[in-house]
Amino acid sequence: MTIVTEKINLTPELKKEAEKLMLRYPDKTAALIPVLHLVQGKFGFVSVELEEQVAELMGLSRTRVHGVLTFYTMFNRKPVGKYLVQVCTNISCTLNGAEETLKKVKQKLGIGVGETTTDNKFTLMTVECLGSCGTAPVMQINDDYYENLTEQKIDEIFDKLN
Amino acid sequence: MAEIKILTKNIDVPDQDRIDVYMCGGGYEAARKVLNEYMPEAVIEEVKKSGLRGRGGAGFPAGMKWSFVPKESKLPKYLCCNADEGEPGTFKDRLLMEKDPHLLVEGIIITCFAIGIHTAFIYIRGEYVKEAEILQRAVDEAYQKGFLGNVIFGKNFNLDVIVHRGAGAYICGEETGLIESLEGKRGEPRLKPPFPAIVGAFQGPTVVNNVETLCNIPHIMEKGGEWYGAIGPERNTGTRLFAVSGHVNRPGIFELTLDVTARELIYDYAGGISGGRKLKAVVPGGSSSPCLRADEIDVQMSFDALMKVGSMAGSGAVIVMDETVCIPKIALRSLEFYAHESCGQCTPCREGVPWMMKIARRIVNGEGEKGDVDLMLEICENILGRTLCPLGDAAAMPTKGYLTKFREEFEEHIRMKKCKVQSA
Repeated sequence: MTIVTEKINLTPELKKEAEKLMLRYPDKTAALIPVLHLVQGKFGFVSVELEEQVAELMGLSRTRVHGVLTFYTMFNRKPVGKYLVQVCTNISCTLNGAEETLKKVKQKLGIGVGETTTDNKFTLMTVECLGSCGTAPVMQINDDYYENLTEQKIDEIFDKLN
Repeated sequence: MAEIKILTKNIDVPDQDRIDVYMCGGGYEAARKVLNEYMPEAVIEEVKKSGLRGRGGAGFPAGMKWSFVPKESKLPKYLCCNADEGEPGTFKDRLLMEKDPHLLVEGIIITCFAIGIHTAFIYIRGEYVKEAEILQRAVDEAYQKGFLGNVIFGKNFNLDVIVHRGAGAYICGEETGLIESLEGKRGEPRLKPPFPAIVGAFQGPTVVNNVETLCNIPHIMEKGGEWYGAIGPERNTGTRLFAVSGHVNRPGIFELTLDVTARELIYDYAGGISGGRKLKAVVPGGSSSPCLRADEIDVQMSFDALMKVGSMAGSGAVIVMDETVCIPKIALRSLEFYAHESCGQCTPCREGVPWMMKIARRIVNGEGEKGDVDLMLEICENILGRTLCPLGDAAAMPTKGYLTKFREEFEEHIRMKKCKVQSA
């Protein structure tokens, strides 16, 4: 995942992959979410320009793509850090100390929820139930789950990523 | 109560997620037998006989759900495996998909054969990246062996399975929200009727079944509906995966028959309350189910018994809270979640849930006003049964539960302008 701020375009390879995804469904427009995952996987977020290009590629209106993009929490419309850190604060995690986990992560990264470190390395978010309640408290960093978090574990995890 | 391992029988077998290992343990034999020896209707009858009820939340009999799908249909029929697992407290489908994905694939093959379906989607929540990869590998392996694709097990039956990742929305666990999302739209639930069995995905008749439900199917077809139907209490047959979290010594997943009581589950299986503290409340079936007080835990964890005491078995997610927990704070956390996840189509849910959240927040912050509890209860009543999908109910039911079962704690917060439990 790289952060690009200048104008970005869907590459021919990406378009080809997207077209392959469209063939998997009885109606090609059903591939919209997989295609958005694909685009985000490449660029780290889905900008307005990319939104337009996805709409054009899939024969959809821009409003349809925008509506879908804004409905789902996993899609980023702005660049995020190299590591997207999401701390679960739902009931089971809260019972097991999610408030302290969040406090510790904030302290460790020196940022608040919704913020990105100045070196663009980390973005911190809170997230609703990740489905890992038996090993609470939990956070997700990019695609990976980190479970049974303690202060020491949090230190170790971030020291390794640094 | 009994500890019978059906779904988790092979969960600890090394490399159980690989097809050769799965087959060594007799895997795909049920599907082979069904495709070679059964008529589709006979499979539905067998599942009806088993009494299997949906493990996603509603507890609807699976065989009956299948029988609502018309036999002949001009449009293709679809199976959607609901692997969205979003109900807070629930983490059981993740275990099945990660450790025994072929059991799910086999369940899907048998189910599709029974209903005459040639395309199945596994709609898995977007956050489960690793699980989606494991499932995709299992599906690929099944294609290579000729268990998916054309002419399965040498029979004139074809089936494609597509692993489809969601992108973070609780509402997509609701059947029609899932279908909308699968079609590449916002996951906004549909008006019913028509039910998905008649008009579902891509307009075709569609069955939506939870992961755990489908994982039961190979076992039922291997040993028979009667065998399954004899396990556990009447109308609440089989085992289920209880996911226990919160203040217990041994959180985790326990496969048990449905006559286990909440007390046995917490104290005998999950090792009791951590730190030797006292129990305060238990959420028995995911965050949408009304809580039980400590004096109510001798209830059986079956669909019917929990319904009888005014709660529900839901997804089998059991959240345990000890005496240090501030109930208004948990009610607030719950409401924040539902307010965040409301899709916004129905006014009672879109407006009512955030309204309750604001009231709960001021109570927690020591700024509650006299009458707030009754106001929240009134809002609950105006949401219950007044929305397109069960999300409104899912927010109102537990809130009403917290308010009525712990009313004095809310009132005290309002009177004293602080939390007595947490300042103790």
